[in-house]
Amino acid sequence: MTVAVTIESIDKRFLAFQALRNVSLDIQPGELVALLGPSGSGKTTLLRLIAGLEQADAGRVLFGDTDTRDLSLRDRRIGFVFQHYALFKTMTVADNIAFGLRSRPRAERPDSAEIKRRVQALLELVQLPGLERRYPSQLSGGQRQRVALARALAIEPQVLLLDEPFGALDARIRKDLRAWLRDLHSRTGHTTVFVTHDQEEALELADRVAILHEGKLEQVGTPDDVYDHPATPFVCEFLGEANRLPVRIVGSQAFLDDRPVLGGLSQNQSGAAALYVRPHHLKFVDDGPLSIPGVVEELRRTGPLRRAEIAVSGLTKRLALDLTSQVAPAIGERVRVKITHATAFATA
Amino acid sequence: MSDATLPRHDAAAAPAPAAKPQSARSVVGESPIIQAALITVSLAFLLLFLLLPLITVFVEAGARGWSGYREAITEPDAVSAIRLTLLVAAIAVPFNVVVGVAAAWAIAKFEFRGKNLLISLIDLPFSVSPVISGLVYVLLFGAQGYLGPFLRANGIEIIFALPGLVLATIFVTFPFVARELIPHMQAIGSTDEEAALTLGASPWRVFFSITLPNVKWSLFYGVLLCNARAMGEFGAVAVVSGKIRGLTNTMPLHVEILYNEYMSAAAFAVASLLAGLALVTLALKALLEWRYGDAIAASRRH
Repeated sequence: MTVAVTIESIDKRFLAFQALRNVSLDIQPGELVALLGPSGSGKTTLLRLIAGLEQADAGRVLFGDTDTRDLSLRDRRIGFVFQHYALFKTMTVADNIAFGLRSRPRAERPDSAEIKRRVQALLELVQLPGLERRYPSQLSGGQRQRVALARALAIEPQVLLLDEPFGALDARIRKDLRAWLRDLHSRTGHTTVFVTHDQEEALELADRVAILHEGKLEQVGTPDDVYDHPATPFVCEFLGEANRLPVRIVGSQAFLDDRPVLGGLSQNQSGAAALYVRPHHLKFVDDGPLSIPGVVEELRRTGPLRRAEIAVSGLTKRLALDLTSQVAPAIGERVRVKITHATAFATA
Repeated sequence: MSDATLPRHDAAAAPAPAAKPQSARSVVGESPIIQAALITVSLAFLLLFLLLPLITVFVEAGARGWSGYREAITEPDAVSAIRLTLLVAAIAVPFNVVVGVAAAWAIAKFEFRGKNLLISLIDLPFSVSPVISGLVYVLLFGAQGYLGPFLRANGIEIIFALPGLVLATIFVTFPFVARELIPHMQAIGSTDEEAALTLGASPWRVFFSITLPNVKWSLFYGVLLCNARAMGEFGAVAVVSGKIRGLTNTMPLHVEILYNEYMSAAAFAVASLLAGLALVTLALKALLEWRYGDAIAASRRH
């Protein structure tokens, strides 16, 4: 039932706006893929193209071996969950979920007892039994979102597409639903693509993350891949905070103002570069090679961690460092910090 | 604690305390005298210009007693006028519903060149004097009109006949349905339809089970107004009708003829029917507006 989705060099333009530029992406059967990017990056357009709600100017989308241009919307068997759910407000929850089954041609349509049974089963699956007779306006945001999912699953989709599935929910419910969706995916095993602008959500939920920026696919990879080995400065900055150090690379070493700060660089890309260092990839050291001297200027609490900001001579911005231990330096103290992990990008 | 430190939830409490220190009730906005004056003026206007004429219609209609009233509305010319009015409305209103829904659909759901022009065109009948819309049809289809010779050669009668009345009525009442639907459809957007399509529904099923139920209240409201105008239209119809008694005379025209012949009681009797229609429309409209905001709750009761 569930199929592989192949996206082949898609271009899409809306009047003067180039929404997608030569985007290609392979999605394995049963995979959970996140399309991640800031607003206007083309991620929703790509999702709508897979669904067949938009037509590509160039390129094609394959479901298995079938070109989707040969398929009508009905034959594509897409389960699409809209950002604001698009539940039919004049229908009950049960009628919403049954809509897809009742829309089938008469020969393929299950009888009403069978439809009722399936609606019950789907409501069980999304953990909303007993809400058949409610109207969408009588449900909470999280319940609506799950009804929308049940409605999409009712047609036994080949591919499940979710547009900002948690975008309209508050923080706590988001977290709960995230875990629940992950669990649901492992049980039902649908090929699933979801769009999000929340990097945390994408990293936590997806098997693979595809990062889009201004209509271009910047990087595709597992959460570990893209987080630890970002392919472009954009990916690095979008996935989380990072300190940017202008360095010069000579051989396998990076120099900040003629001071070596990092060694063992695999890229032998001599010349000017930007070194991206995440706040938790900096640590205080007593002394030693490759350490950077600085002065602690600020200490703040960021959730479970504490954040120190350190002024370093030669840098206009202070370095941000996450403290994992309870022992913290005082403001004004002279310290030395060491980079434990970094990504370098050559600068022109 | 001073007022300034309290969180203010009331949007009406806009004026700053410094603006009107002399009155403790200045938060309401205007002073009671201005409120009373405004209410009196609008009430007086409504009574004088709307309610009084309406009462007059019914009083004058009954001036010659119940039998006189019944005679006036059952004499053959009056009956034929009533029948013609109903017939014209029965053709013009459904036509405008179909075309109005199509136009509203096109404007609300699609982007295309000339969309603004189409919106202006829909409003045209509101901005053109009905007499002129009538005259246009006479110029087009009349005996001396552009298509006159062709129509006469083929034995088709439009002006001074039912088709002319229907055409003029359609033209004048066209905006009502479309104008009601466009803003509502635009506000709803098309994600519901897209959702239905991805679920495998045919376009017809999408239209009848999603689009139409979503806008049913505005549609009903538009039909109501369209019908009221179709039955009451005078100007455009007067030009194309020729006022042949018992043949091309509608109710509004019949009222005028009777009045011009100094049969004012009969004129008011027929007019009272039209006024009654207006009242029914008004009542339905009020009922609808009362339930409209609660449309979802209303559709729950089935």
